[in-house]
Amino acid sequence: MYSYSQFDKDFVQTRVDQFRAQVERRIDGSLTEEEFRPLRLMNGLYLQLHAYMLRVAIPYGTLNSAKMRQLAMIADKFDKGYGHFTTRQNIQYNWPKLNEVPDILQALADVEMHAIQTSGNCVRNVTADHFAGAAADEIEDPRPTAELLRQWSTDHPEFAFLGRKFKIAITGSPNDRAVTKAHDIGLRMVRNDAGEPGFEVIVGGGLGRTPMIGKVLREFLPREDLLPYVESILQVYNILGRRDNKYKARIKITVHENGIERIRELVEERFVLQRAAFGEFNHALFNDIEAAFAPPPYISASTDAFDAAKSSDPAFRSFVDTNLSAHKNDEYAIVSISIKKQGDTPGDATSEQMRVMADLAEKFGHDELRISHEQNVILPHVHKSHLHEVYKTLQAVGLGTANIGLISDIIACPGMDYCALATARSIPVAQEIATRFDELKLEHEIGALKIKISGCINACGHHHVGHIGILGLDRAGVENYQITLGGDGTETAAIGERAGPGFSADELLPAIERLIYGYLEIRADEHETFLQTYQRLGAEPFKAALYPETKIAAE
Amino acid sequence: MARPFKPKVLTANRLIEGDVVYYAANGEWVSAHENAMFIEDEAEANDLLAQANAQSYLLVGPYLADAVLERGKPVPTHFREAFRTRGPSNYDHGKQAEA
Ligand code: HEM
Ligand code: SF4
Repeated sequence: MYSYSQFDKDFVQTRVDQFRAQVERRIDGSLTEEEFRPLRLMNGLYLQLHAYMLRVAIPYGTLNSAKMRQLAMIADKFDKGYGHFTTRQNIQYNWPKLNEVPDILQALADVEMHAIQTSGNCVRNVTADHFAGAAADEIEDPRPTAELLRQWSTDHPEFAFLGRKFKIAITGSPNDRAVTKAHDIGLRMVRNDAGEPGFEVIVGGGLGRTPMIGKVLREFLPREDLLPYVESILQVYNILGRRDNKYKARIKITVHENGIERIRELVEERFVLQRAAFGEFNHALFNDIEAAFAPPPYISASTDAFDAAKSSDPAFRSFVDTNLSAHKNDEYAIVSISIKKQGDTPGDATSEQMRVMADLAEKFGHDELRISHEQNVILPHVHKSHLHEVYKTLQAVGLGTANIGLISDIIACPGMDYCALATARSIPVAQEIATRFDELKLEHEIGALKIKISGCINACGHHHVGHIGILGLDRAGVENYQITLGGDGTETAAIGERAGPGFSADELLPAIERLIYGYLEIRADEHETFLQTYQRLGAEPFKAALYPETKIAAE
Repeated sequence: MARPFKPKVLTANRLIEGDVVYYAANGEWVSAHENAMFIEDEAEANDLLAQANAQSYLLVGPYLADAVLERGKPVPTHFREAFRTRGPSNYDHGKQAEA
């Protein structure tokens, strides 16, 4: 776990103190809302429909038990006993009071956390593969690089007022679990011919109102060149990016309008200067950061008990089948804890659940936890001999749901239950779908399927890259849901295709059911996933299932 | 020709708590939509909004929202405003809890 340097500590503390003074001046009337708004947004404080919302960064999704316990404490003391984990590896509190926010920020600073740059037109919290440092398929842990980026981007004066927000995601694995192709900059670790690790640099991806898959700007960038290169991209964007129209201000539009070749030319030109300005790569600094992410002291023990429990406890076996992923150490497993119990709010964890996860991490997980962009919590390093106990403990607090990657493991943004920008609700839609397929006992038969729901065109719920994407809209004063099909957020990223006219809230669940039954009928065998069937057969048979009337009409 | 004025209620969030509030005829800010002042005159609506904007030590983001009268009480016409009268649908964490 990276620990703050004295510099980091002082910086975060100064920001807390500044914000405390700003809140005081807002409350005593010396600051108007107009003056205060940019200040609060710089500290992650939004106003939503029913209350304020505080967005707390969890850099590269990594935290330890002490931090998780503090998040639980904050949920109890300053909120309503829960927190919402988001697709950007943040946690959001939905009910903070303005006068208490400085105390919350202080409580965060006490455990080396903050809400800085979780909002506004700056470089946002850098997100990373949630299996970083543990995944069997990984080249190298990307988090030291993510931390380097965090240090570089935090309070970077040149990039505090960009044309628009800027999001960077990073992965160290060929299997992209960080949706790098839907970010302003995506970094995928690759090896060059000499076998050295470096990055494929992807630029101009993004969702929102104009979804785009990122394009490769540089096939191989040595790690030593990362900061000057990324800074060059930001500089080119800062100058070239549009400021006349907020909807055309993201770098995806800059890349789209100027062409990737032109952007590459400009970036490479800047890069020559920047590399000279940055000077020698600071190996000592990087080695120190790397040491903070060293692998834990793995234990070695018999895994017989694990095998025995698997054959004697069918519920555990089901959990093992869906919620475990391969660890780079054979005796270990990566445990994904589902925050998607059918019928509950995707991504919401109670303070009690947070404490149980913190305890498990401390006792059985080398004190590490991760937040995934799929709104689940990960124990990245659990020895197999401890898995059964971990499972039973989770099960006892409603965290044992065996549904990772299945139809009820839905990403849903807060939608109109909380968000002021929403055009429709998304949480109840997720709750209904998850509950229904659980009742039908079809989840496991359906297999791998990603449903992602956003409550407006901003696409915080990643609906464009859902195998089934659902977008909530306001059609003449009524909630209406548009379905997209065939989206993919991995290394083979694709934007889903609109299936046809939207559905009312009442029609949506039956439509999803028709779609799923249609898929079950046409798939080649039970191993062919929804997405594979879609890729093999195209949209037509799925549309026919969604809109049976039109099919009849056409005949 | 100007569109006919649709009746309004004046709403905002409280500065400290963030709670949704409505302007009532007695000049108070209240939490129940049904106690909101039903504003049928456009000029009056704009005046009240301007006054609310001047109360920035008390309120955040005041605006006028469409409403209709049902059994003598103002009722929101749009679902967004209806949700604001209640709170989120996933938990009883909003105003439902007070009801
Ligand atoms: C108060 C609540 C929120 C507000 C006001 C908000 C606002 C926005 C806006 C305006 C955009 C579009 C940006 C653009 O296209 O330029 C956006 C995109 C996005 N937001 Fe949110 N959001 C909120 C909550 C969330 C939550 C809860 C999550 C995570 C679950 C999230 C994650 C994202 C992601 C992943 C995108 C799309 C990727 C991209 O940046 O293109 N946001 N958000
Ligand atoms: S997608 Fe829209 S409704 Fe959902 S959180 Fe983002 S801005 Fe709000």
